Amino acid sequence: MKHFDVLVIGGGHAGVEAAAAAARMGARTGLVTLKKDAIGVMSCNPAIGGLGKGHLVREIDALDGVMGRVADKAGIQFRLLNRRKGPAVQGPRTQADRKTYREEMQREMVLQRDLTIIEGEAADFVVREDRVSGVVLADGSEITANSVVLTTGTFLRGVIHIGDVSRPGGRMGESPSVKLAERIDSFGLPLGRLKTGTPPRLNGKTINWGNLEMQAADEDPTMFSFLSKTPFARQISCGITYTNERTHDLIRENLDRSAMYGGRIDGIGPRYCPSIEDKIVRFADKTSHQIFLEPESLSDDVIYPNGISTSLPEDIQAEYVQSIAGLENAQILQPGYAIEYDYVDPRALDLTLAVSSVAGLYLAGQINGTTGYEEAAAQGLVAGLNAALSVLDREPVIFSRMNSYIGVMIDDLTTKGVSEPYRMFTSRAEFRLSLRADNADQRLTPVGLDLGCVGENRRFAFEDKAERLSSGRDQLENSSYTPRQLNECGIAVNQDGARRSAFQLLSYPDVDFSTLIGLEKSFSSIDPDTREQLSKDALYANYIERQKRDVEQMKRDEAHVIPGDFEYSGIHGLSNELKSKLSKSRPENLAQASRIDGMTPAALTLLLAKLRQENRNKSA
Amino acid sequence: MDTIFALSTAQGKAGVSVIRVSGPLAFYTTKALCGDVPVRRKASLRELKTADGDRIDEALVLTFDHGQSFTGEMSVEFQCHGSVAVVSKVLETLGKFEGCRQADAGEFTRRALENNRLDLSQIEGLADLIEAETEAQRRQALRVFSGELGGKASEWRRHLVRAAALIEATIDFADEDVPVDVSPEVSKLVRGVLEGLQVEIEGYSSAERIRTGFEVAIVGAPNTGKSTLLNYLAGRDAAITSSHAGTTRDVIEVKMDLGGLPVTLLDTAGLREAEDEVEAIGIDRALSRAESADLRVILVEEGREPELVPRDDDVICLAKADLSSETGPGGVSGKTGLGVLELVNGVTEALKSRASESGLAIRERHKSAMERGSRSLRSAVGLLAQGPEYSEICAEEVRTAVRALDSLIGRVDIENVLDEVFASFCLGK
Repeated sequence: MKHFDVLVIGGGHAGVEAAAAAARMGARTGLVTLKKDAIGVMSCNPAIGGLGKGHLVREIDALDGVMGRVADKAGIQFRLLNRRKGPAVQGPRTQADRKTYREEMQREMVLQRDLTIIEGEAADFVVREDRVSGVVLADGSEITANSVVLTTGTFLRGVIHIGDVSRPGGRMGESPSVKLAERIDSFGLPLGRLKTGTPPRLNGKTINWGNLEMQAADEDPTMFSFLSKTPFARQISCGITYTNERTHDLIRENLDRSAMYGGRIDGIGPRYCPSIEDKIVRFADKTSHQIFLEPESLSDDVIYPNGISTSLPEDIQAEYVQSIAGLENAQILQPGYAIEYDYVDPRALDLTLAVSSVAGLYLAGQINGTTGYEEAAAQGLVAGLNAALSVLDREPVIFSRMNSYIGVMIDDLTTKGVSEPYRMFTSRAEFRLSLRADNADQRLTPVGLDLGCVGENRRFAFEDKAERLSSGRDQLENSSYTPRQLNECGIAVNQDGARRSAFQLLSYPDVDFSTLIGLEKSFSSIDPDTREQLSKDALYANYIERQKRDVEQMKRDEAHVIPGDFEYSGIHGLSNELKSKLSKSRPENLAQASRIDGMTPAALTLLLAKLRQENRNKSA
Repeated sequence: MDTIFALSTAQGKAGVSVIRVSGPLAFYTTKALCGDVPVRRKASLRELKTADGDRIDEALVLTFDHGQSFTGEMSVEFQCHGSVAVVSKVLETLGKFEGCRQADAGEFTRRALENNRLDLSQIEGLADLIEAETEAQRRQALRVFSGELGGKASEWRRHLVRAAALIEATIDFADEDVPVDVSPEVSKLVRGVLEGLQVEIEGYSSAERIRTGFEVAIVGAPNTGKSTLLNYLAGRDAAITSSHAGTTRDVIEVKMDLGGLPVTLLDTAGLREAEDEVEAIGIDRALSRAESADLRVILVEEGREPELVPRDDDVICLAKADLSSETGPGGVSGKTGLGVLELVNGVTEALKSRASESGLAIRERHKSAMERGSRSLRSAVGLLAQGPEYSEICAEEVRTAVRALDSLIGRVDIENVLDEVFASFCLGK
């Protein structure tokens, strides 16, 4: 019988990141997947990154995860979103060649030390003494493990809907895991139901590109990985077209045949990624919606029309697609569909993504109610690291809202749960000005180095960069100027007699590095990458300083740990509603408790008082 | 949760005393005391008895369902005779029930807060309402208690959440079908809130005066009848008077109600070159209190100039009008009461016009929260004008302002902003 330290079920974006992370930590890791060649498949849109999501990819990369490197290899249209806005809200994104992405991901998995890929269907868990201790495959064989990470995406009771036709299935062409779902039922975990959809795929050869507006890749591409310099693949453009009144009429006339509007789907879909039916019903006064025509690969002609996901029947899909400019003769290669699936209420998880009530089991990815490859991968990383740490008998790693988007996401999920598929946005991060894509390595690579999940290559690159940054910053901070000196150089400042350091000056809108070099020639020895990073740091320095108080407050609250078996019913004066919310999400500390919906300052005070009282009793 | 009870009216003998009970056992204890639980919200006469069946008193009993009471919990009021013995027997009987205890100070109100029956500002309004002694204080406290400040804060918050949502839409959904330039609407929203804040901040000092009282200083040269006037107004001998110039050394305060406004009258030492050290100190005090008072009544003897340069709507009076040959307007005498009514009317009018500027900010913490919010919003307006390059910093300022205003009533969550974004724009490619 095979035995592993960590066993990961599922080879999607959460699964590969979990498996790779556990193996990097030195745990003997197994990855169970239905089909080896389905590892790293992008089942929805062929793109990685975006606003908020790009931050997650950078953070994964900072911990030496795989997503950023693979996306850089497969990227065929790098674009930095919000390029004209401040650096804190810029998001790297790329169209990814679906085939290259899959192949490169599989290569990473094959080359990863301590990682074994097992082809098979995980039909059930091995449960020993109430602990999940491995899986039973469909052929009856057992694989045991100390920890199991389940990343089965939409496979839990997945149902695919195309118009009035529906059938069980996880994604097109694959069967759902019914037995596993029954086993999860037996654990008594709280489940919910969500839905998501995809658009029809089009044959690029049948699109009339000539008349379409095109969107090109960036001239100076921004890569995901801190280790990549330039794209590996040829860069392409995407087409842009629009729906029109006729498209809308067609859809409106056939709403009753849509799975979503015909009442065949009960799951809740994401508001930020609505189907075309949804857009037309909810925003009835809009006469046109934008569609991006995104090539899925350099080596085939499949086009992903981003913006028209649907669950209408195939014939209507064909009709409305052809009503759109440029798509008059477009041929559908695969119809769009909606999928409904079960998710586990993530409030049943702790901050390591371990299931609180079932020992040995971690959950990551879409099964936790999230959407998006990046959100899945980031959770995979957290679960994989912690599964390995637990096997190695080491302290868990907890990501915080103060150090990462990963921390924001995990905290949101485990504290508040989800009411629609959860997607990352920059606005979710209250410390957004300090949690930037550009400094993800400075925030997290040291954490990874401590953990031991970061390889030598990255360590050298990081240490070199950190050294250049700190010496550059020292240079700028140690040079200061009087208002008079500055005015003589054409820098307008108040004549208040206060000296300003070169670093402070860098936050002024009309001061850039060349202005500084005018003040002090030796600054020209600072290399361009370091200059750029220092400028970004300087831009937000004042605000970050101001947020320090909030950070301190949160740290203090986080230090008030709430024991797992804490009894809320014993708190006098706490409303029953709050008691039940607290018992459900089991916050791990006071900071988390404060973020529970409906929490009041008065209730927090009560909670804190009770915690103190219990601590006193314990130490007495 | 415990059931709490307390005497809600003042201690001591009275016609009627009200004992309030709130919590899960409220009806249980009522049944035990009265034999049944009277119909909700109907005054019912019952005989109260102890567990042993001893009669305590006859009382009017009012019952309130969960969600229908001040605290939001099941509640009962016993209106019994205002006898010390009756009240203590009822309290003693209630205290014998397991799970029932005397309420801590402010506990009914805290439960009302926790059950969302009142917000923080309403509780402050309630505290003021209970303390109110004059008409203006009552009116001001009632406005805040009835939720006007909370209402305003939620309206500002709604506008700022909308403004934040507009900015966040251009940040988080830059690649989608959202308006590119939202700054006109954001600017309008933010400026609107800023103006509202400004009015409240400026009205704070008047509101504060209504709570703590206006100060009116009587000043003038020695022996112009200041103390006599004060005594006349107070209706008693609050200050020592004599024909000896410089009798008053310290500042003497008398509280009174002028036309519904709480006023503290200050009698001060007469202003002249001091003859000794003690008088010099008294004159210094007189000057500094007169300086900081809301209004000064300056008494001037016939043919003399005022000792102090009058400001704003300070009132100048001819002193000792009873001795004066002229009997025109502006003369006042504390001895005969001549012209006092006119003086009081003048002072009242001047103070009333200031009180009318009072806002809803009635606590220092309200004002400072509003000032913090207003600082952030001013900077947001500036950043907005600098274009999309600074939109995330602008958003940060709006967020800071929302947090500041939130401390007035509750808290906001990023989900509120996202809800607004999703309700307003068609997102998703």
